[in-house]
Amino acid sequence: MSQTATVTGRNMPLPAAATRASLEVLRAEWTKVRTVPETGWLVAATVVLTVAVSTAVTAVARCAPGSACTADTTKLSLIGVQAGQAVVAILAVLAITGEYSTGMIRTTFTAMPRRFAVLAAKAAVLTGLVLPAALISVAGCLLAGREILPGQGFTAARGFALSMAHGPTLRAAVGSVLYLVLIGLLALGISTVVRDSAAATGTVLGVLYLAPILAAFVGDPVWQRRIERYGPTSAGLTIQDTTGMAHLPISPWGGIAVLALWAAAALLAGGLVLRLRDA
Amino acid sequence: MTTIAPYRAPQQAGRDGFWQLVHAEWTKFRTMRGWVIAVIAAAVLIDVLGLFLVNAGTTQCGGPCIPAVPTGPGGEAVLDSFYFVRQPLPSNGSLTVRVTSLTGKYEPEGGPVGPPSAVGLTARLMPWSKAGIIIKQSTRQGSAYAAMMVTGQHGVRMQYDYTGDVAGLPGHVSAASPRWLRLTRSGATITGYDSADGRNWTKVAVVRLPGLQGTVQAGLFATSPYYFQSNFPSYAQSGGGTSPSRATGTFDHVSLRGGRHGSTWAGQLVGANPRLESMPGLGFHHAGDSFTIAGSGDIAPIVGGAANTNYDTGTIADHLVAVIFGLIVLVVIGAMFVTAEYRRGMIRITLAASPRRGRVLAAKAVVIGLVCFALGLPATALAVFAGSRISRSHGVYVLPVSWATDLQVIAGTAALLAVAAVLAVAVGTIARRSVVAVAAVIVVFVLPYILGDTSVVSSGVSEWMFRVTPVAAFAVEQSVPQYHQVVGQYGPPEYFALAPWAGLAVLCGYAAAALAVAYWLLRRRDA
Repeated sequence: MSQTATVTGRNMPLPAAATRASLEVLRAEWTKVRTVPETGWLVAATVVLTVAVSTAVTAVARCAPGSACTADTTKLSLIGVQAGQAVVAILAVLAITGEYSTGMIRTTFTAMPRRFAVLAAKAAVLTGLVLPAALISVAGCLLAGREILPGQGFTAARGFALSMAHGPTLRAAVGSVLYLVLIGLLALGISTVVRDSAAATGTVLGVLYLAPILAAFVGDPVWQRRIERYGPTSAGLTIQDTTGMAHLPISPWGGIAVLALWAAAALLAGGLVLRLRDA
Repeated sequence: MTTIAPYRAPQQAGRDGFWQLVHAEWTKFRTMRGWVIAVIAAAVLIDVLGLFLVNAGTTQCGGPCIPAVPTGPGGEAVLDSFYFVRQPLPSNGSLTVRVTSLTGKYEPEGGPVGPPSAVGLTARLMPWSKAGIIIKQSTRQGSAYAAMMVTGQHGVRMQYDYTGDVAGLPGHVSAASPRWLRLTRSGATITGYDSADGRNWTKVAVVRLPGLQGTVQAGLFATSPYYFQSNFPSYAQSGGGTSPSRATGTFDHVSLRGGRHGSTWAGQLVGANPRLESMPGLGFHHAGDSFTIAGSGDIAPIVGGAANTNYDTGTIADHLVAVIFGLIVLVVIGAMFVTAEYRRGMIRITLAASPRRGRVLAAKAVVIGLVCFALGLPATALAVFAGSRISRSHGVYVLPVSWATDLQVIAGTAALLAVAAVLAVAVGTIARRSVVAVAAVIVVFVLPYILGDTSVVSSGVSEWMFRVTPVAAFAVEQSVPQYHQVVGQYGPPEYFALAPWAGLAVLCGYAAAALAVAYWLLRRRDA
């Protein structure tokens, strides 16, 4: 069909056929994700874990009267994102390794031999799942921070205000949603390369959590800064900073760009091995 | 009619004891090349990252750049710097004094090495600034002593041999509320007394100091530890601003019994180091019965992290930082050891061969635990011993510890790795899905590091997490004790909320609970 379209030229444009084909891949991927019971649970767990960790941490944060609090209340309220990203990563790992562990991947590739398209469709469906979960999570975190923090001494009178009308806070909120989506894509790319679910989970969580720990321990300040600048999570999370901007290892949007590069590179690597390897 | 005897296999029936099962599980583990490579890689990772990253970039030095740190009678590294106004005490005797004031100054903002102008000093008494009387074996740093003192915020104390500390009268000293202090020596036994009026005396403590023999030095002293401001209340960076301080004590009614006839009071700066000498105005002034003594430094053990000294100190566990990396790999393998059986249906063969399911679980736990311990032990031993050498070659003074502490850190950390992997086996049995099992265990271990890294919440949340979650086990890496009489940053990675073995016990408790649940589910569920 599409070949006919190419030959006959303008009457039956190629993009239309291509669009329909990719819509079908998308639908197939969506059906797979939708009908697996754990998807709903994981999306719900993302929201619950993110908001729960933020609530718990803000509930124990204290700004004693008379002491100089240097807390970044926006970043503090959004701390749950660092826990929620693990669930997003699991969602992404399962999206691809689930197919490998059951052998479903062979059926998928028989039905849709264009493997790049399959991966792209998986990425799109994953984004569609993570985006609403991230939106609700981030809104919940900020709401929790707004309700809890003033009672802990972070009052408006002392210059602490958590409002979306505040430019940097809005940026942190929008950026955190974007961050979670990019973490999902990064995890999808990595697990496409690794294929085995346990190894993929280990690798992805290692990438997410170990760079910041490593940066803290490295003796050489130059290397420390490099790891903070170019590590996917440490760079990406600078989007949550609203104070002490002069000391950030990388600018907030620059940090998100670093994470986006990681995600793009991982997806590209995933796409390449998907093409080159037997399923 | 011929009867055909049923076929009987010539070999005897195999035994199905527990050790046969362990052997079977070991064979399963050993023949998975990927797993074997992974666990060896985990051990290598612990050493490679730990040894080569920790001091990377700091200047290498030959050896003379390591400060010559004195050690106390107990073998611990100590600070022993103070201003001493002394007389020899040949044998038994007693020293009594009245303290009427203790004031202090410090140099704010961790000023540079060099002579700060006296104008730049700010009036502030450190909580553990001290002035009082001391009986000390000699003026050599690290020699045995016992002292009675007034302190900045902790009332009267009797301290001895650097680590001992007993509380006396509370409250701050002033001219209106002076403090009388007395030390009596009887051989190697020193008794400390305090009094608010010089008539009603209270015994604070009696201590026996084996190191105190022959002629000793008795006298008055004043000293003041570094001002310490914690700058980075984060998990990994134990940093802080330190700057020297000075305490001035005023004494009168000085009486020494048992001293040499004709001896006079002589002033001396004990344990001067370049930084301490830069504090101006140290010395003593003697007018009639009244003494004024200004000193700087401390008589106390050196604690880990940035705290009471300007030495670059480290601990034997500094190079174990990459244990968390190895742990993640081992957790993945531990979980896969079970979940791979479910994925491939192998579990049905395993359970058909050994229907006693609890034994299967136990055999798996034993195999993975022993493998991880056996690989972890050389890895942690290398990280501790080679790491300490590397630290020294970079001019870091590694706080000395006993061999028992070496053993605790090395074997304890290897046990931590083994128990964490067993926990992963149990969680893998419960979840049957490797993703869930691996993610759950990793997040539980990693999250406290991440959350502890955020400023405001650090002390509270981080301490709580290092008490009740499996990361409490990292307490086995604490090699130097915490002292309440020294201000410092007592937090990970040098200090933990729980005692070393108690921390490991918390992890063992989690592993045992998870194994119990796994056993129950394994018996109850169809494979």
